This record gives sequence, structure tokens and C-alpha cells, in this order.
Amino acid sequence: MLMVRIIPCLDTHDGKVVKGIRFGNLRDAGSPVELAARYEEQGADEIVVLDISATLEARENRLQTVRELREVLSIPLTVGGGVRSLQHCEDLLNAGADKVSINSAAFRDPELLSRVAERFGSQCTVVAIDAVRTSSDKQGKALSWAVAIDSGRSKMDLTATEWACEAVNRGAGEILLTSWDKDGTRSGYDVDLIRAVATVVEVPIIASGGAARPSDFAKAYDAGASALLAASIFHDGEYSVMNVKQSLSEAGIPVRL
Amino acid sequence: MDKVAIVHTGTSNVASVVAALTRAGVTSEIVMDRKSLLAANRIVIPGVGAFGAAMETLRKYDLAETLTKKLREGTPALAICLGMQILFDSSEESPGVQGLGIFRGHIRKFRAGIRVPHLGWNEVKPVRDQVSERWLQSGHAYFAHSFLYPWDDSSDNFATTEYTEHFVSAIETENILACQFHPELSGAWGAALIGRWLGREDINTNPLITAKEEAIKC
Repeated sequence: MLMVRIIPCLDTHDGKVVKGIRFGNLRDAGSPVELAARYEEQGADEIVVLDISATLEARENRLQTVRELREVLSIPLTVGGGVRSLQHCEDLLNAGADKVSINSAAFRDPELLSRVAERFGSQCTVVAIDAVRTSSDKQGKALSWAVAIDSGRSKMDLTATEWACEAVNRGAGEILLTSWDKDGTRSGYDVDLIRAVATVVEVPIIASGGAARPSDFAKAYDAGASALLAASIFHDGEYSVMNVKQSLSEAGIPVRL
Repeated sequence: MDKVAIVHTGTSNVASVVAALTRAGVTSEIVMDRKSLLAANRIVIPGVGAFGAAMETLRKYDLAETLTKKLREGTPALAICLGMQILFDSSEESPGVQGLGIFRGHIRKFRAGIRVPHLGWNEVKPVRDQVSERWLQSGHAYFAHSFLYPWDDSSDNFATTEYTEHFVSAIETENILACQFHPELSGAWGAALIGRWLGREDINTNPLITAKEEAIKC
């Protein structure tokens, strides 16, 4: 039976993890390598690194970070953030990423997904979709979501479900689905969004945005997510990856313990 | 120990394989020519991407025949993911392309109606009993594939995994360990498997046996 994956996410900038880290005993609280190794020890099934560095120099440093992560990690590593070309993907894969996550650039040029999938395979082509709620019914249940690109700055006309379908047809083998409304709110994943996208595509979905309690992970799994991503819940040290997995296991959800 | 030769199968990303071998305490090199492959004492056949593209690369670099010969002669080999699939005769992924034919059979797609790729951690269960195991043991491994070799109950040197249907997740022969999963990405369990394949588990875990082996070597 396929296990649900629990994926800690490291948001990095200039080689440092930038979302609040409250662990006391790390030598360098912002070291992605140390943090990732700690999460692997805690039972993480995969690590996602989303880098927001913008300069060329920072990009080169990012490759070095990926190399260092690869040296220590014996679980899959997905890297994204500002990935714009086949060359970016190749550099990240050569440095040691197992999958690359492409967001705005894929939306602007969907052909990029086809080229990456053709060259490296769908299993390492992740499309990252940031979705913003655009309409709800009378009970407040969301009905549709627009795609947001450029770190949420621009809202597009296409719906998240439409874009998900096209991205998969282009060769994306996985969707990293972030709820813009839920991200950082600690109010749980957007289960309506997960359900809506899981219904229209057959590739695995990584749910992202809003996780606060182990029960949130269970709800997202029930809505159809194959993997559950979270950052601050783990960085805060409130729950370890193993705490979450044990709680899921007790709820009868298959996890790797 | 000699360097492990990682066969160049094209676009496959081998950084994770190299890192896992390094952590296991062995050096490796990517082999792109027939002569180096002929000289190899231990071979890793990695592979991500498509069946046809990998076979085309092996033929383009004149490696296919030599690889088949080395595997038939008994050179220890570890085949990973697509690297395992190209050991078969053919695949639905690339109709008309001939595989290496070390194993008889045809690779096909997962049946419709489930989420593919089969991506993530799943259970690996060796068919034969624990006692006779040399390399394969039960545990959880990381998978990333859309094609499979179906399990048909015909042999005992397999491990199987269930994802709606049972498929062959590993094959162990005298000299070949072929894995549909990625041992290099399968955490401590995968690292231990690679260690056993390298014959290095005793070095790490049982100083007594190591001492005995050292004595024999002298």
C-alpha cells in the first residue's frame, strides 16, 4: 500500500532558511542542510526546498546548497523557486535534486513542462500551482480558484483546475498545490481545493498551505492529497515529523514509521 | 574496493546514486565507453526517463552488448528503476525497442484508474523466506515510475509491491540486484540494501567477521 508522504518544506534565501525556525540547538538556525538532516531523522519522506533568491550569484550558491543537501540526504529532494528554463532544471538535477518544481515560468510557457518532462521524465517534473479562492457558495464552501503567479502578485484568468489539467497533459508528474488563502494562516489545508484538483487529474498532489495540527494532515489526505507539505509547524518545533506520522497512523492512515 | 562503474544511460540524474555510494564508503565513476565498462568489476545501471531513450543511449555509446556480456558473465550489478526495466525484452513505453533481454518479459503500464506515476513510499516484500535472503529484505522503499513488470507467481527470487495490483519491485539473481524502487532514496533501509549489495554490511556492523575476512586476505 502506498504511504502518504509527509514533506517538510524549507523556504530559503541566500543559502539560509527564512521562515521562522525556533529550534534552539542548531549551530546555525538557518542552515538548510542541518535542518533537512534533522527532518530525515524525524522520519520525513521527502524534502522540498523553495528558494527565493533572485540574483545570479545567489543562484550559484543555491546549487551549492543542493549539492550539500544531496551529500547528507538519503530521501528524495525537490527543489523549486525561480526555475525558468531547461538549463535551470538540468543544473538543479545535476547538483542533486531528484525533482524540480516549476511555477510561474511554466504558466507563462507551458511548453517548458513538456520539454522538461521529455528530457528528464514526468516523475521529476513537478508543477507548483498557487491557487487563490475566487468564489464560494452560500455556505462559504469554495467553488473555484484562480491561478496566482509571481509569488501571488498576479492573479490569472485560468482556474487552478484548468491549469492543473493542462500542466499534467504537458507532462507534469506531480502537482505542488498551495492555497494562497490558507498559507501561513494555521487554519488547516484548503480541503475543497485539494478535492477539486484531485478529481480532475490522476497524478499525485502535494497539498500545501495552512497545516497547524496533525488532524489537518488527515483531512487533506482524505480529500485526495498523496503528500502533505508543511513548514512552520515543524520549524516551530511544536510537532516533529514523527508526531504527525504517529497521529496519522493512529487514525488508520498508511504512513512509513 | 574498486570503483563502482555507473553506466551512462543518458539523461538519468545520477547525483543521488553517487552520493549514496559515497556514503556507503565506495567511490564511483560514470562510464561512457566500452573499454571502461569491460574493465568494471561492479556495475550500477541507473535510469530515469524513457525506455527507448535509455536503450538508444546505450547503443549510441556502444555499451549495450558489453553490458549484456558483463551481466551474463556474472559481474555484480545493481539496476535501478528504468535500469531494471531495460534488463527485460521490451516495454509498452517504447514499442519496437529491444531491451537487453537479461530477463524474459515485457514491461507494461499500470492499469488505468489509479494515480500514476506511482510516486512515494511503498512496502517491499520478498517472496522467499527470510533465511535465504542475501540482499532483499522487507521494508519501505521510494518509488517513482509509471511502468511495471507484473507479478505472476512464477519465481521465488522476487520481491513484490502492491499498488492496486502486485508488481515485481525487485529481482535478485546470483550477480544482479534489480530494483524498481530507488534504494539511493529509500532512507536507512535503502542504504542498508546498498551496503549488503556492496558486501559492506559486515564491515560496518560486525567487527568479528571483518577481522576474520582480513585474516583470510592476508
